[in-house]
Amino acid sequence: MAIDHFMLLALAGGLLAAWLAAPLGVFVVWQRQAYFGETLAHSALLGIGLGLMLQLNLTLAIVITSFLIVFGLHSLRRNAQLASDTLLGILAHGALATGLVVLSLQGNIQLDILGYLFGDILSIHPSDLIWMLVIGLLLIGFFSRHWHDLLNLTLNSELAQVEGVDVKRLQLQMALLLALVIAVAMKIVGVLLITSLLILPAASARRLARTPEQMLGYSFILATISVLIGLTLSYYADLPSGPAIVVSALGLFLLLLFKKQT
Amino acid sequence: MNETLLINAENISHQFANKPVLQDINLQLHRNQITTLIGPNGAGKSTLIKILLKILTPTQGRVAHHHNLMIGFMPQKIHIDPTLPLTAKRFLQLGLNNVQKRNAQKPGNYHSTGLEGMAEELGIRALLNQPIQGLSGGEMQKVLLARALIRNPDLLVLDEPVQGIDLQSQSQIYQLIHSQQQKRQCAVLMISHDLHLVMKHTDQVICLNQHICCSGTVQSLRDHPSFIAQFGQTLPEHALYQHQHTHCQHGDAHGD
Repeated sequence: MAIDHFMLLALAGGLLAAWLAAPLGVFVVWQRQAYFGETLAHSALLGIGLGLMLQLNLTLAIVITSFLIVFGLHSLRRNAQLASDTLLGILAHGALATGLVVLSLQGNIQLDILGYLFGDILSIHPSDLIWMLVIGLLLIGFFSRHWHDLLNLTLNSELAQVEGVDVKRLQLQMALLLALVIAVAMKIVGVLLITSLLILPAASARRLARTPEQMLGYSFILATISVLIGLTLSYYADLPSGPAIVVSALGLFLLLLFKKQT
Repeated sequence: MNETLLINAENISHQFANKPVLQDINLQLHRNQITTLIGPNGAGKSTLIKILLKILTPTQGRVAHHHNLMIGFMPQKIHIDPTLPLTAKRFLQLGLNNVQKRNAQKPGNYHSTGLEGMAEELGIRALLNQPIQGLSGGEMQKVLLARALIRNPDLLVLDEPVQGIDLQSQSQIYQLIHSQQQKRQCAVLMISHDLHLVMKHTDQVICLNQHICCSGTVQSLRDHPSFIAQFGQTLPEHALYQHQHTHCQHGDAHGD
């Protein structure tokens, strides 16, 4: 049946997106980078707009745009004498608005802007799954090789550097991976909700975990449960799938607030 | 570089956004020598430390490290987000992350003390299984010191090791630093606002106010006019340090 085929694709895409987000999500939470993730996510819409305009591969266009935003942020931090959250707010919403303007300029193309903003899980194509698997392998390689260095970087970047961690390189690689994950996961939950896929499972997992590794493990589990509940709700109650996944993750978070922190 | 020279810094100058922070600093750190860096707020002490540690590249000048130099660093303050579930023990273990492979290349006898032994020596054994974010200021400084020491460093770099902690813990930490230095015969570079407990043991005092105002042994500095203006005419054994730095502006002749 066609519907089962779509549901299987949606399920695979949703689970893969959540699993890709989990390891980055715990570091986003530990390093207080939620707003940075938000800015990258919003700039993805600008990436799509520019990619369509210049007829580039959209994933590539999103990653390039994310990097321009990261470098823009660095130079603004040095020169603009504004607090980081102000700069991030300017860049996030500046990129989002510019992205919407650029998209609306593609007059003759029928575009599903709502799909970009909130996700459209039915638009998932098998090639998206292959992208996710490739990025997944990259993430496994990166995190298994650098896990302790990344923890040390999170604790104190100067101490890590003195102890022999290549801090700048790791930070750059992490931003690149975050941009890649956002580029592929936005089909599921959209640019406006993708940060929640990063931070909600991690924030919930904090209630259960006693070690960084446990927190990662619980993040995977909670993300998986959120996707399963969200897609089930979406299927039977005809809800938009991206928001349904996020609402499920939010529900788990609220539920775990009743548990005493370990 | 000869065998006893650990860090050699030549003609270091640094600017932040065209504002000079350090000017023409020359500094050598030798094995088994205690150096104390003093100076008022904004004198560039922390910047100089970052340059010496190669965290920061100076606008001018060069810093050379002894081959395979192992540095134990204790940063001024460290904020660990409460969302990171981490015990003090795990925090110390993470400090050993890149050590084994580096120590393996290093010949010679250094005092190898395991994590538990180190915790025993510094009196933090009872803290090991506690969340790192729950430690008091003095406890955290001891844990940071332990993390610097378990690397068996040739050089211990301490940025204001007792800032913001109570007097009793302050003297405890100074005593720990001193006894560990004696035991390990490592070099120490310490930033301090407050010289009174360190004074006796310091080999070299460097007084920094963007440039090096004066430097030398405590003995030799006793008669230096710039030093007397800071510490008073007679230097008691526990000189209470009050920084009067108006005499040491740039362009002024020393010894007003």
